[in-house]
This record gives sequence, structure tokens and C-alpha cells, in this order.
Amino acid sequence: MALFKAHYNLEKNSIALVIGIILAASVGGLVEIAPLFTIDETVETLPDMRVYTPLELAGRNIYIREGCYACHSQMIRTLRDEVERYGHYSLAAESQYDHPMLWGSKRTGPDIARLGGKYSDDWHVAHLINPRDVVPTSIMPAYPWLADAPLEVDDLGDHLTALRTLGVPYTDDMVANAARDAAAQANPDSDGAEGVTERYGEATTLRRFSGAARLTEMDAVVAYLQVLGQLTQAPYTPDAVEPQP
Amino acid sequence: MIGQLTRTERNVAMVLATLLALLGLTMAAVGNHDPMAVHGFMALGLGIVLVFAVGGVLEEPDPNPARLQQYYDDPIKVGILLAMVWGVFAMTIGLWVAALMVWPDATFGQAWSSYGRLRPVHTTGVIFAFGGNALIATSFHVMQRTCRARLADQLSPWFVLIGYNLFCLWAVSGYFMGVTQSKEYAEPEWYADIWLVIVWVTYLVLYLRTLKRRAEPHIYVANWYYLAFIVVVAMLHIVNAAALPVSFTGAKSYPAFSGVQDAMVQWWYGHNAVAFFMTSGFLGMLYYYLPMRAQRPIFSYRLSILSFWGITFFYLWVGSHHLHYTALPHWVQTLGMTFSIMLLVPSWASAGNALLTLNGAWHRVRDDATLRFMFVAAVFYGLSTFEGSFLAIRPVNALSHYTDWTVGHVHSGALGWLAMVTFGAFYSVIPQIWGRAGMYSPKLVEWHFWLALAGLLTYVFALWNAGITQGLMWRTYNDAGTLNYSFIDSMEAMRPYYIARVVGGSLFLAGLCVGAVNIWLTVRGARSGAADRPLAPQPAE
Repeated sequence: MALFKAHYNLEKNSIALVIGIILAASVGGLVEIAPLFTIDETVETLPDMRVYTPLELAGRNIYIREGCYACHSQMIRTLRDEVERYGHYSLAAESQYDHPMLWGSKRTGPDIARLGGKYSDDWHVAHLINPRDVVPTSIMPAYPWLADAPLEVDDLGDHLTALRTLGVPYTDDMVANAARDAAAQANPDSDGAEGVTERYGEATTLRRFSGAARLTEMDAVVAYLQVLGQLTQAPYTPDAVEPQP
Repeated sequence: MIGQLTRTERNVAMVLATLLALLGLTMAAVGNHDPMAVHGFMALGLGIVLVFAVGGVLEEPDPNPARLQQYYDDPIKVGILLAMVWGVFAMTIGLWVAALMVWPDATFGQAWSSYGRLRPVHTTGVIFAFGGNALIATSFHVMQRTCRARLADQLSPWFVLIGYNLFCLWAVSGYFMGVTQSKEYAEPEWYADIWLVIVWVTYLVLYLRTLKRRAEPHIYVANWYYLAFIVVVAMLHIVNAAALPVSFTGAKSYPAFSGVQDAMVQWWYGHNAVAFFMTSGFLGMLYYYLPMRAQRPIFSYRLSILSFWGITFFYLWVGSHHLHYTALPHWVQTLGMTFSIMLLVPSWASAGNALLTLNGAWHRVRDDATLRFMFVAAVFYGLSTFEGSFLAIRPVNALSHYTDWTVGHVHSGALGWLAMVTFGAFYSVIPQIWGRAGMYSPKLVEWHFWLALAGLLTYVFALWNAGITQGLMWRTYNDAGTLNYSFIDSMEAMRPYYIARVVGGSLFLAGLCVGAVNIWLTVRGARSGAADRPLAPQPAE
């Protein structure tokens, strides 16, 4: 066959072989990935979608650091049992500011895409310090050191700047006040608390998440867990979002 | 070993080692309290060791020119030994994480030993450190033998090998410290990613330069697969690792893509790390060592061509099957599913080609555990690719996704295919390059084989059961029309399977340790005079 004859010659030329490999291997990605950046319907437009506060972002980074995504997904599929167990299926828009996304691939523990507001702060703190104190048969690791480790906030402005460069709509005001806002969100009686609400919206939760006076990594992680699924209210508001085709 | 380098090469090596030390020093200095500084000190230490190692023999006379008539096997030897060390380390960590799912408090209360940090140590350690070193080492062997040419130079193989292992060391030690991008199978941070690109380009250039020196007009099939492995992994890595560091003085970076696009890029990368790292490269291994060991030519040349281009083209389409029923647009999911099913054709063409090559050599499969390793590898390659296509079907995936079935599937590929073919290749190549009549103990090879097979079967059966049980429990409704099981019910049901997994993993690791001891005894044994094929031009018949 002519095709095999052509190959007979191709396999005598290493550069041609390399070019052939690059061409053959490029098609799939070009067809499947490139349009996701250009087709507008890929990500829904949600008017009330907000960005993570610096404290929540710090918590998210700790969640990444500890590898929590290895056992918890944050992507509720469009299946009846998942919607009944975990809540409304996840929308693309809900992770549009997630660099990286944390959809996960394994549920050794349950999905937590809509964990926010389901348990009290105290429950989360107790659960993180020792999961078996609140769920006796849990196999989740214990993270007691989170309550002791002071939270690093000084460089949060740089984090917001980096994310803004990548397209997350942080304002100058948010960047300038990042460290202050992180501390103030966990200290609702402080002077800076008003600024947090002003910049991130009325729906932002201001609480002493860890229950302790000192700002620790526990505050950040609990703040993050409490905002999961709460960056927009669209999934809980009928007709707020067009169904996906 | 360093004495084999020419004086010019030693001088260049000296410069490179100094540069590495300076790079390390810079990272350590700017990194301040960041984990990046620890990585800087590692590079600094390695650079200094290399400076002293090379400096000690810098003024020695040039090596015997007769060496140019031989193959250059020193980097292969080091690569194989490194692969074995990484293998024992990474599978030990694997056993530990398996145990953590039964005894969650086996962490000593330390941050570095919690499940989330150890898990990427295990995956990176096995796939990239064990598998990667095995691929680099065997590729150096296969390219020289099939080209009948010596490696293009003596320095770049060392650059590739040492540079790659520094990447692995940075990656793995980083996870212990919590340094991760969280992108599965691509967790290392930005500076490690950049370093890998430099190493990888050197690897490709070395490969092409050696191919150019070949004394055979045709490039043998195994080299196509190794080339696809090098080229496509570079492509995947560069796109998926695109990230913006928060500052150049720290490890933390944010990946360039977000949400649904990030998910698609991640699984385009993730599934093709499976395809081009864990499949293509190891098919290169299979295509050389299996026919050599069976003393039979490859069954069909045309089947090789079909399966090679089929794999290289189809695989890049299938990543979206990791995202069925998610917020990824439906059309991309459908494409991923369709191509996953089509992919079975070239995959089974390769597996079939390997098994049909064994026709007429079944007595060798029976008698020779080394060949039997490769036979089992081909069988598990066929089984895993069938299972993969099956799991990619949307309704099947509805049940299997997020469960331990996926983990079982990966291990049927990683243990049954990747590790088995590596052991077969190692047992074939080690006596040859160390000049031994055979392995120190053929009996220990048998032991390794049966321990590995028993461990593999225990493991995958446990996780098939675990995964299907989980999937069914999550979707079971009672008569009242509500979900019958809480999540914690499904987790409690996993305990016996997780214990069985620990048993399976222990058996597999025990086999690996037997293999490591056997390899070490072989390496330490006496040269038997069995010489490799000479490189000198053969007189015409």
C-alpha cells in the first residue's frame, strides 16, 4: 500500500518523524481546548459572582498545600443522586476565578463544593483538630497544627496582584488592603471590618472563625470552607441561570 | 566513571557543576524563609559534590580512544540503580498512604506525613522518578543498540540523568513541605517546571543526535515510541505548567488557567501523561526487550505502524472523559468518550502484536520469568486499555468516577503494565551491560515475579470491589425514594478492601525488594566475559 510505502521513507528521517508526531498530537488539544476560550456559553455569566477575600484565598492555599483535593472533589455532577446528596450541580462560573480549579478526581471523603454554611465554625475547628472527635469512623487526617500556626498575611497583596494579572477582577483597593482585610475578616469588631464588607460585598462573612483571638491558619481554612458554594447565590435562586444545553 | 569523559568534557562538566552550585546559592539566598531556599541548598550541595568529583580527575589524561568503538553504558547503569532506589522509596510511601486509609492516625502527628502530602510523593515517585529513570536508562540502551551507534556524546546523558533526578528530588521534597501546584501528576512548582524543560530539551537533542549517527537506514519502532514520549511530554508539560509566580523569591505560583479551561488542560495533560509517559515510552521498552528476549521478530511491522500513529493521534482527544457530567461543555465530553473507544483499536493492536510475537516462544514464557514479566505486562496493557475505554463511556463513568475503581484501574496499568515491563527490561539489560552471564539468582527473579503478580491481583481485585461498592451505595435509593446510605456508610464499607489493598501492596513491594537485592548482587558479582555486540562495522557477507 502506498501509505506503508510512504512510512517506509518517513522512518528513515528522524526530523520528519518528530514533525509528524507533533502534528498528529496537536490536533486533539486544538479542537477540544482552544474553543473553550472563545465560545461564550462555556462559562455562564452570573451577576453576583464575587472573588475570594484575602483570608479565603489564604485558606484555599492551605487547602492546596495540605493536598485536601486528593480526597475531596468540588464538582457536583448533573446526576440525580449527586444533586440530592450535595446540592445543585456545579456551574462552570463558580470556579471561573479558581487558579487552579480544585474539581478533584476522587471522593475518599464527600464532595465539598457546597459545604459552606452546612456546619458551624466550631464543628469545622473540632473536625480539623481531630476528625474522629466528631465523626468516629472518619479516616481523614487530623490537622491540629492549623490552630497553632500564625497566618502569614504580609504577602497577600502580591498574591492578589498575581491573580489580577491572570484575569481575576481584584481592584487596586483590594490589593492595597489585602493584609488588613485578611485580619479584619476574622475580627469583626476591628476598625477594618467595614472595609471588607465594602470591598467584597454584604454577603461576606466576618467572624472569629477559629474562635481564638489570634489570627491562625485555622481562621483561613474555616473561612474558605464556609465560602465553598457561596461565592454566588445563583444556584439557589430559581431561573437565575440559563440551563446548560 | 568520570575518568571516561574527555578532558574537554570534564572542563565543561566543571563549568556546569559550578553553574548549578551558583543557581542553588541564588535560590537559597533570595528564598529566605521560603521552601525554595531548601531546594536551593539541595542544588548547591549537588553542585559542590559534582565540582569535587569532576575536579579530582580534571587533569587526568584523556581516556583510551578504543572506548569510541564501544557502547556508552555508564549512564544506563546509574539510571537503572536510581530507578530501583526510587522504586523502593516510592512504593514504600505508597504502602504507607494505603495504611493511612485504614489507620488514619499513623502520621506521628506531623504535617509532612499527612495523607495529602504523602500521596503526591507516592505518585510522582512511582511514575516520574521510578518510571522516568527506567525510561531514560532503557532509552539510552535501546537507541544505541537499534542504531548500532554510540551515544552522541558523553556529557549530555549525565546532564539529562542528573538534571532529571534533581527535578524529582525537588518535586518530592517539595510535597513534604507543602510545595505543590495541586495539578494532579504535575504538582511541582514553577522553578522545577522550568528546570525540567531545560533537561527535557537536552534529552531530545541527544536522542536526535544519536539517531543521526545510526548505522541502520531505518529507525526501529521502539525509537518512534521513545521519541513520541519525549516530544509529546514536552508539549503537554509546557502548556499545563504555565503559571505565574507570586514572586521570584518564593515557590508559590498561580496556574495560568482557571475553572473549566484549567480542568480541561489539566486532564488533557493528565491523561496524556498516562499515554505518553506511562504508555508510549514503555511500549518503546516492550518493542525492544520482548522480541529480543523471546528471540522472535515482531509479529507485524504494519500493525506497529497502525498502532503507533493511532496512539499518537487518538490519545490527545480523550482527556475530557475525566470530566463527564461536570461543568465541562457536553460536546467536549462526547468527543472524549468517542475517541476513548476508538483508542482501543491501536491499543489492542500493540498488545496483540506483542502477544503474537510470543507465538512459537511460549516455552520460553513458561521457563523464563524475565520474559514472563513482559508477557504479563502485555496482557495487563491489553486489560487496562480495555478497562480504560470502558470506564470512559459516560454512563459507566457515572458509576465509576470519584470511586476507588479509578484508583484500581490506574494500578492495573502502573503495576501490571508499567512496572512489569520495566522489571522484564531490567532483568534483560542488567546482565548484558554489566557483562554477567545472567542474573545472580534466577530463582529470586521467579520469586519477584510471583510476589508481584500476587500483589497486583490482590490490589486490583480489592479496588474493583471497593469502587463498584462505593458507586452503587452512593446511588442506591430506598422505598421512600430517598438516598439509602449516608456518605459515611459507604466509607465504612471500604475498610476490608482497604486492608486487602495494604496486603496487595505489601506483596508487590516485597517482590520489588527481592528484585533490588538480586540486582545488587548481580552488579557486585564478577564479570563473566560475556561481551556485548561490538560496534565495529560488520564485514559484508
